[in-house]
Amino acid sequence: MWNTIEQIFPYAIIYTIPLLITALGGLFSERSGVVNIGLEGLMVVGAFAGAFTIFKLQAAYPNEGWVLWAGLLVAVLAGVLFSLLHAFASINLSADQVISGTAINMIAGAITIFMARNMTGSGNIRVNGFSPFDVPGFSDIPVLGPLFFTKTYWTTWLILLILALCSFVLYKTAFGLRLRACGEHPHAAEAAGVNVKKMRYIGVMISGAFSGLGGAVIILTYAGEFTGSVAGLGFLALAALIFGQWRPLGVLAATLFFGFATTVANVSQVIPSIAVVPPIILKVFPYVVTLLALMVFSKSSRAPKAAGEPYDSGKR
Amino acid sequence: MKNSLIISLCAVVFGLLAGAVLMLATGHNAVTGYSYLFQGGLKNPERIGNTFATASPLIFSGLAVAFAFRTGLFNIGVAGQLLVGGFCASVVGLNLDLPKVVLLPIMLIAGALGGALWSVIPGLLKARFNVHEVVSSIMMNWVGFWTVYYGVQSYIKNPSSETESKQLPEAATLKAHWMTDLFHGSYINLGLLVAVVVVIVVAFIINKTTFGYELKAVGHNRDASEYAGIAVNRSIVFSMAISGAIAGLGGVALYAGNASNIQIGILPSQGFDGIAVSLLGANNPLGVLLSAIFFGLLYSGRGFMNAMTDIPPEIADSIIAIIIYFSATSIMIERLIRWLIRRRANAKLNASQDGKVKSSHVEHD
Repeated sequence: MWNTIEQIFPYAIIYTIPLLITALGGLFSERSGVVNIGLEGLMVVGAFAGAFTIFKLQAAYPNEGWVLWAGLLVAVLAGVLFSLLHAFASINLSADQVISGTAINMIAGAITIFMARNMTGSGNIRVNGFSPFDVPGFSDIPVLGPLFFTKTYWTTWLILLILALCSFVLYKTAFGLRLRACGEHPHAAEAAGVNVKKMRYIGVMISGAFSGLGGAVIILTYAGEFTGSVAGLGFLALAALIFGQWRPLGVLAATLFFGFATTVANVSQVIPSIAVVPPIILKVFPYVVTLLALMVFSKSSRAPKAAGEPYDSGKR
Repeated sequence: MKNSLIISLCAVVFGLLAGAVLMLATGHNAVTGYSYLFQGGLKNPERIGNTFATASPLIFSGLAVAFAFRTGLFNIGVAGQLLVGGFCASVVGLNLDLPKVVLLPIMLIAGALGGALWSVIPGLLKARFNVHEVVSSIMMNWVGFWTVYYGVQSYIKNPSSETESKQLPEAATLKAHWMTDLFHGSYINLGLLVAVVVVIVVAFIINKTTFGYELKAVGHNRDASEYAGIAVNRSIVFSMAISGAIAGLGGVALYAGNASNIQIGILPSQGFDGIAVSLLGANNPLGVLLSAIFFGLLYSGRGFMNAMTDIPPEIADSIIAIIIYFSATSIMIERLIRWLIRRRANAKLNASQDGKVKSSHVEHD
């Protein structure tokens, strides 16, 4: 049993990381008061931008490490740019945020494949991603070493660092307090001198940056290829956000749960102790648990109160 | 009504313009692109028939989304409901040996029930626990995806393929010889006629019945409806159930009409396109019908365009997605129209009063 856990743990973490960063992005958007169901599309945009950049750069500079980081950076920028579409629609035009987010998903899915097909014909872009490594010294620690410090990627540590920073920014800085105020009670925030629209723009742009990063990380770690979708991970990140009750550590726990459940379902056939469970149970498990969790949390939901409502400073 | 028509037309024009920009930006000729796109959907009776056939599942999915929208619910789970509805109908069609006139209605009922089962769960969760239907119906999409994935493999697997279900027998499909002949060999089928009937029924329910009025009232203002004595929670559950049933019928049209088996591992994109259809059609049954046919045209013409030029077929999806963005931001178009009208009115005013009176209109936006 322990052996099994040791084997799948690194994979579960690899799978968790893109979900985690995307859900964190969603957290900033929703905490500022804008519901963003376009996370899926923003991930696709990041995945495409990252794959595209790296594909081009690797042709010019083969075997150079900085190329991958450049790809991540471009993915972040592309995510930010694309999220502006959602920000503009939901903040300036008071559009229905769910519909605008759906439009983002559809535009991202269609245009990235359109562009990719113009490039490669098949619409798939294959790149060489990061290689996993064992952290020297730490990987020999009993128990923890094999779980956390073997087969890790630099991106994993980067994103965990971002998680720590996010918690700090959200709860310990004036900016974080203002951002949260805009999602709870925008009129009070405005009365206190906060520029609600600006804060919401920042929230949505952070969600674009993080989702773009998440999409690119998928390509550079376990996928290795852009295929025009991220298979519903953006929606799963959204569910993790709710599951985690809009708090960074809650989101970490929720995404770890999803990462584990998915990894277990994916590897179930090769591990005898799990193979006895019908695969359908394993596959639907994360979704059913999410539904149950939504039911349980419904009474004590800590959703940002003003999330989803267009801000109208004249309305009381 | 007239206003929403203008907005939809503007959104279409902007979407087509943006598509042209996309084609130009990637080094293609937009004029030839569009001419092949529309020829591909309209050139001869067969292609026209294919356009209608492509449109029929979209009519159902658009209607499903529109129906839920009227009650203020966003049914984003249409894809899963199509799949489950199609699966239920296929199981019935493969296991019952009955004449076509008896079997098809049973299959349609099975499809509707399957779709309704999948949508009533988010409806109940919304009514009972106030769980947001968007998230719960997305979860149901994936539950449906895996249920059908393993359901097909366990019960109706095609012996010669790992990834699809058995072919439905002739008696269990919506294909009809007279329609195929009428459109010179197109794959158009009875699904279109069922869709038109459902459009009429839904229009009647929404516009002419107390039940429909209650659903709309709940959509406009939940609290006021409750105060007026409408059972709000019941309306939510019914609205979701009917929406899912319509989607389930669409699944029959998709998997037992346009196709005659189910490919596993694919969440039908028609489900998400339903959102686009509904928005462009202003959540109005007739509008849904027209916008579904328009999207059907884009989808059925893109293959021909791709064969004649090297423009990737995803241009159609891109145009549709951009149209949706413009529909979602319709307030922008409204402002533009209002500004144009005001400018013209001011010009008239100034002309008639010899420019003496300065426009004192202050914007109250």
